[in-house]
Formats: sequence, structure tokens, C-alpha cells
Amino acid sequence: MIVALQVVVGGLLLGAVYALFSSGLTLIWGMMNVVNFAHGDFVMAGMYLAFLAVVWLRAGPAVFTGVAAALLFLFGTAVYYGLVRRVMRGPVLSQILSTFGLALLLRYSAFWIFSANFVTLPTVALSGTVHLGPVVVGTAQLVAGGAALLLTAGMHRLLTATALGSQILAVAEDRQAAMLMGIRPDRMQALAWGLAAAAAGIAGALIATFYYISPTVGESLAIIAFVVVAFGGFGSVPGAMVAGLLIGLIEATSAFYIGPVYKDVVVYALFVAILWVRPQGLMGARL
Amino acid sequence: MRWRLALLAAAALAAPLLVQGSFYHRVLALILLVAISASAWNILGGYAGQVSFGHAMFFGAGAYMPALVYSQWHAAPALGVPLGVAVSLGIAAVLGVPTFRLQGHYFSMATIAVAELIRILVGNWRLLGAAVGLQGPATGRTLWDLTFRGSVSYYYIFLGVLAALLGITAAMERSRMGYYLRAIRSGERAARSLGVPARRYKLYALFLSAAFTALAGSLYLVMIGFVDPDSGLGILVSVQMVIVAALGGAGTLFGPLLGAAILIPLQQTGNVLFGGGGTGATYIFYGGIIIVLSLFEPGGLLAIWRERLAPLGGRWAGRPKGLRRAA
Repeated sequence: MIVALQVVVGGLLLGAVYALFSSGLTLIWGMMNVVNFAHGDFVMAGMYLAFLAVVWLRAGPAVFTGVAAALLFLFGTAVYYGLVRRVMRGPVLSQILSTFGLALLLRYSAFWIFSANFVTLPTVALSGTVHLGPVVVGTAQLVAGGAALLLTAGMHRLLTATALGSQILAVAEDRQAAMLMGIRPDRMQALAWGLAAAAAGIAGALIATFYYISPTVGESLAIIAFVVVAFGGFGSVPGAMVAGLLIGLIEATSAFYIGPVYKDVVVYALFVAILWVRPQGLMGARL
Repeated sequence: MRWRLALLAAAALAAPLLVQGSFYHRVLALILLVAISASAWNILGGYAGQVSFGHAMFFGAGAYMPALVYSQWHAAPALGVPLGVAVSLGIAAVLGVPTFRLQGHYFSMATIAVAELIRILVGNWRLLGAAVGLQGPATGRTLWDLTFRGSVSYYYIFLGVLAALLGITAAMERSRMGYYLRAIRSGERAARSLGVPARRYKLYALFLSAAFTALAGSLYLVMIGFVDPDSGLGILVSVQMVIVAALGGAGTLFGPLLGAAILIPLQQTGNVLFGGGGTGATYIFYGGIIIVLSLFEPGGLLAIWRERLAPLGGRWAGRPKGLRRAA
């Protein structure tokens, strides 16, 4: 019983991180109907940035997460201005190929620089465990899960309760009308890309402390983000939050009861099942 | 146009005789093999505009079934080819029926997930060799094993299959289906409002594409003699089809062949020069190519030729002889 509880808590904590980076994917999707196929590789970039910050600067968790967030935010806006803005109005083929090409570029640049070997973060401040009643959790997992949950909620609040968020949502709703209200759609969309990339970068830095880091980790993380977004409804941040937690839970329990190898199989099969049964997502409200 | 086609066919038939050396013969055979899989991808991804990043699942089905037939019953791998095509069509139905109800990027996302799902399953499936993979016959017992020394025999087999595939594609291009697919690509909602049965024709394109991709997988197995989860089902197998087709020209008849003729020699020479260390560099280069294409010319090299270079040539070629002499 305690073991089951342990599995559930571990799954939910990882699921919170899934929710965080998936909220970035869903934000971009809902706002401009573009899928970022490089989203998982943004998370991978966050992981390696955290790794470098620890190795070079001996940075603590707060610093390396901040570094990953800031750099990925800049990178996200640069990707918007340099790539996405130019292909957004073009043929669908261009839209899909552009971010997929970016994914390959990031993934194999990391492969080239860091080689294919897995790396793990040197022991930092977050080692050790915490007792939550009968359940024992790694400090790193607890901090990552808690921070991810807060940040995802913060993202939702930013979108729904601030003037800036209203401007973003206005552009998502109707670009032309937003323009007539004096909002610059380009700026808002660049901001959305920056926020989405930063969310991915923070998520990467948060799980870098306990997750394996490899150049190709982005591929499976991208699929997890697709599943979360499909589950939670395309464009819905609260949907991504609930779905992320759920996917984390499903993954952890299937790894425990069926076998670690099959955790991805269960989650990916779930994706196909969702597309069969409820293609608009479980909570199919649009952003 | 007809004499150009005849010239291309003659060049293709004569190529292995003109170039000597087993390395070059192998490169020539690989060009055709990659051109087959990329042309098969092109039917769905190019003509119908439904971009798949998971065609490795069809390729793998085609590669694994002949190897399975051989490893289980020591039967000729050729017997597994129809089996591979059948499995491939089954997967296509499971994937295509739900995702084609949706538009846009859903299909691309689903293909990545399903291909990965199949790769992981096969990698843990004892019958299919798990992570180690399966082997075909090492030496040919009868002609049916299709195991030859040297690459020239494979070259001519591949040439026959490619010619058949391009023939079918050309016929499709001019048929009702070709027009429907192009209408779907340029705007599915608009096509449907004009009475195009979009979902049904996308499925037809998927089936045709999946069947020929499986055939390419089978041909890969008989030539290489070995398949494992990464070489048969990995995402890079799918990526290669996408890049080859997109570089030459997605949605054009000869685009994938052109793309293969450019990329495969580069890739093979790169492998010789850098060994395994070139893998990262190759895919960085591939990523760069697709980004540049998506930014500047999604139609690929053939579109550049048709829209920018050919008109220049046409102006000079079309000038009357007398004038040219005067100038």
C-alpha cells in the first residue's frame, strides 16, 4: 500500500513537470495553430544549460533554473522572429518542416557537442530525501514538482488575470481585431514563444537534477507533450495541468505494474486512443 | 519531354556499366532504394500534403516480415514481402482512420508517436529479435533468396520497382485522384466544400504510400541482410524520406529521385571520411537544409528550377536562330 502511494506521489511530481512544459506547447498551439515539433528539444536544451551552469559556474538550483529560463526565453523569441513568423502564413508543409528542422538541428548539435552518452548533474544542494508521512520523496523531485505546479498555475494566471495576458489572448482570438485595439500581434506572439520556450527550459532545468540527460531525450518528451496537449485540449493551460499530472500518474503506475520498458508504450497508446475516441481532447475548451 | 524521359531511362540503365567499383555500385543502388522510399512518402506527404514523420513504421513492417519468414521457417525472404505490405496496410488503417478526421498537424504528431510505439514494442519482442534484430540469409540458396554478390543485381531490381512506382505516381498525377490530392493539399476545407471526398482520398494516398514504403523496407532487407529496431523503425529512417523528398521537390514526380541522387552520395562519402562520428554532423546538416527550404523554397530544388532557372533558359532557347547569330 505504501509502495503504491510512493508510486503515485512520484508520478504526480514528474507529471507536474510534464504539465509545465506542455503548457508552453499548448499556448503556442492555441494562439497560432502552429505545432512546435522542437518543443521537447527546448526541454533538452534547458537540461544541458543547467548542466553547464553547474559544471562551469558551480551554480545552485535557483541560478541554473534562472539561466535556463532567461536563455530559452531569448531563444524562443528569436525562433519566432527568425523562423516562425516567416512560415506562419506559408504552406502547411513549410510550417511543419521548419520546427521539425529546428528539432533536428538542436538534437544533433547537442549530440555533436556532448556526445551520445547520458550525463547526470553533479550532486548539488537538492540531494537527499524528504519524509511526507509514510512516503519518502527525493528533495529534487519534490522541489521540481512543486515549482512546476506553481509556475504552471502562474502561467494560467498571467494569461487570465493580467493586462498582458489579455493582450495575448486577444491576439489568439482575432489578430485583426486586436490590431485595431492597438495591440501589436507580432510582439504578443513573440512573447508567447518566449514564454513557451522559457517554460520548457525551466522544466528541463528542474528535472535535470534527477532525470537522465541525453541529446535525444527531447524526442520522447515531445511525444509526452503531444499526449498531454491532446488530452487536455489544444490551447488550454488548465487542461494541460490536469492532463500532465494524469499522464505522470499513468506513466508511473504502468512502469511499476507492467514494467519500466512499457511506460512509454502505455502513454503513446493512450494518445492513439484519444485520437480515436475524443479528438478534441478531454477538456476540449479552446484557449 | 518524351526524349528527356528516354534519356533519363537510358542513363539509369547504363549507370552501373559506366561507373566501376563496388563502392560506386553500392552508392548507385542505395540512391535508388532511398528514391523508392522517398517517392512512396511523396504520394502522401508531397501530393496530399499530409506530412508523416513516422513512415519508418511501414518501412520496418516491410523489412521485418521477410526477415521473420526466414528466421522462423527458413523460407525465402521474398515470401514475406506480401506479408510486410499487409501488415503495413493494417497499421495505416489504424492510424489513418482516426487522424484523418482531423486536419492540419494532428496527423504529423500521431505518426511520430505511433512509430515510436512500434519501435519500442519491437525492441522488446523476442519473436522479432528484440534489440538485436533479425538477419536474412547470408548466402543465397536459390534465386528466391534474392541474395547476390555485389550491388549491380540489386540496382536493377530497385530500378524496376522505382520505374513501376513512378509510373503509378504519374498515372495518379493525371487522374481524378491527383487533382483531388492537390486540392486537399492547398486547402482541405475548400476542397471539401467543392465536393472532394477528402477523408477517403487521404486514406487512399496513405495506403498507396504505406504499401510502397513497405516494399522499400523489404528491398532494404534483401540488400543489407539485417534489420534492427533503429535501422528499420527509428525516427531517422522517416527523417531521411522527408528530407530527400523535400530537397528534390515534395509533390513532384522526380523530386525524390533528384534528392536521393544529391544526398546519398554526400552521406556515403561523409561516412567514409568521418566514420561513425559524422552522424551528428549529417543530421545537423539535414536540419539546416529543411529550415532553409521551409523559409525560402518549400517546393524544393525542382521548384527553383521551374520558377527561376528554366524561364531564363527558355528565353535563350526560344530565341530565333538568326537573332542569336546577330547577337
